[in-house]
Amino acid sequence: MTDARDGSYDEFIDALESGDGYYYECSNGHGTLPPRRVCPHCGDRELETVALPATGEVATYTTVAVPTPQFEDDAPYVTAIATFGPVRLTGIIPDTSGENVAIGQDVTAAVEPTETTDERTITFRR
Amino acid sequence: MAEAYIGGTGMTPFGAFPDRTGRELFAEAGLAAIEDAGLTPESVDEVFYGNFIGTLSENQGHQGPLAAEALGTTAPSRRVESACASSGLAIRDAVRAVRTGDVDVVVAGGMERMSNMGTARATDGLARAADDLFEVRAGVTFPAAYALLARAYFDAFGGDRTDLAHIAVKNHDNALVNDHAHLQREITVDDVLEAPEIAAPFGLYDACPISDGAAAVVLVSPSYAAEHGLDSGVAITGSGHGGDTMALQDRRSLSKTPATRDAAEKAYDDAGIDPTDVGLAEVHDCFTIAEVLALEGLGLYRYGEAIGAARRGETRRGGTLPVNLSGGLKAKGHPVGATGAAQVVAVRTLLEGTHPRSDAVGDDVTVGLAHNAGGTVASATVHVLEVMP
Repeated sequence: MTDARDGSYDEFIDALESGDGYYYECSNGHGTLPPRRVCPHCGDRELETVALPATGEVATYTTVAVPTPQFEDDAPYVTAIATFGPVRLTGIIPDTSGENVAIGQDVTAAVEPTETTDERTITFRR
Repeated sequence: MAEAYIGGTGMTPFGAFPDRTGRELFAEAGLAAIEDAGLTPESVDEVFYGNFIGTLSENQGHQGPLAAEALGTTAPSRRVESACASSGLAIRDAVRAVRTGDVDVVVAGGMERMSNMGTARATDGLARAADDLFEVRAGVTFPAAYALLARAYFDAFGGDRTDLAHIAVKNHDNALVNDHAHLQREITVDDVLEAPEIAAPFGLYDACPISDGAAAVVLVSPSYAAEHGLDSGVAITGSGHGGDTMALQDRRSLSKTPATRDAAEKAYDDAGIDPTDVGLAEVHDCFTIAEVLALEGLGLYRYGEAIGAARRGETRRGGTLPVNLSGGLKAKGHPVGATGAAQVVAVRTLLEGTHPRSDAVGDDVTVGLAHNAGGTVASATVHVLEVMP
């Protein structure tokens, strides 16, 4: 493999890492994340770039005890889906094994390196 | 629509067979199905072969021709890949091909070989059914993806781990007499609740095993069935396929699976039946919560009500709607690319009276259903099988 980037996905991660996260909103109000040319829900091509809300809310979460090899040293870790306005993000809640995480909890989104591979991943801080 | 008659079925035992090649596993299942139909490989017009991670587990692309030649034919073939719904979709494609009149005899089935990868590589391979950029890179494994759905379901509708444990206990119990099942071991609710955690709220017994195996179905056109005296027994009378976004984060709801609903509505409409006509079902229970999501998506239960079905006994043997009499993915095993075909094999043999659990099927039951899901139900197929007069 080369170190080629994943286009507008990596641009999104760059922006989130510098605190300038965004999402796409179609003219019917659906939110989505790049890479997208059309809204996956309605096919609308008018995608406006909108700033990601500063605070999101945990929609669901799990504590992963049996990881893929890429997360071997991270486990056990908490992966959550959090809602930010009309979009959701999937990320890791660091420094917990889940006992103090709850649906509805407020989080902010960031980008941090994983312990196992040092790859960038989306994280949620409470 | 015209029926697609099931001429014959075959499957290997499901289990851990790390040293058996995929092509040999599929040969065992496919040849058994051809023999069961009273046919020979020369009769086969086309092969539809479901497989998910053969490119990783056996370093093998272009698997269609290999699958066909394993059956003793160079008939045209294809590999169908839709994650865990690969062979459900292979069967759907085969049903459509037979119905067009373009072909008379097809083999549809699938195979997966995973135990040779070891748990860590298999976990990684299975995660490839999720969105790599937005899910796998955020640590989502397959158990984790369904655990995310389970917790969202509990939050939306209620229910708890004990409700889920009853599903695992039921499906293990159903598999006890099934010699083709991977896990023939009785378990208790406490065993499930006390098992090591894999992805909270799931423990080990909320998950299906990593299995190897193959299954195949011979489908024949109505005209061929009439000419060769195969026009009795069981036919596929309804077929449906539904889709959804790949990543959970893009779903409208994290506690419902509309791809299953869409597939079911199409299949019921195709067969001209209602959900109330279904007398038994084999549904995609890769994790305990998946059986709940399936039963609700299929319209067999209202949203929020299937969580207690096994606990109340309704989906057990002798209940109002026996579900996963084969043991399901949970206990029969889940060789991913073979599962959808194996479900059709189970429903056919249950309806015909040749399955080890056929004694649990009431004499009045003539309609069975097979539900196969890919990924976190980003794809789903539903097939309606009926006993023909």
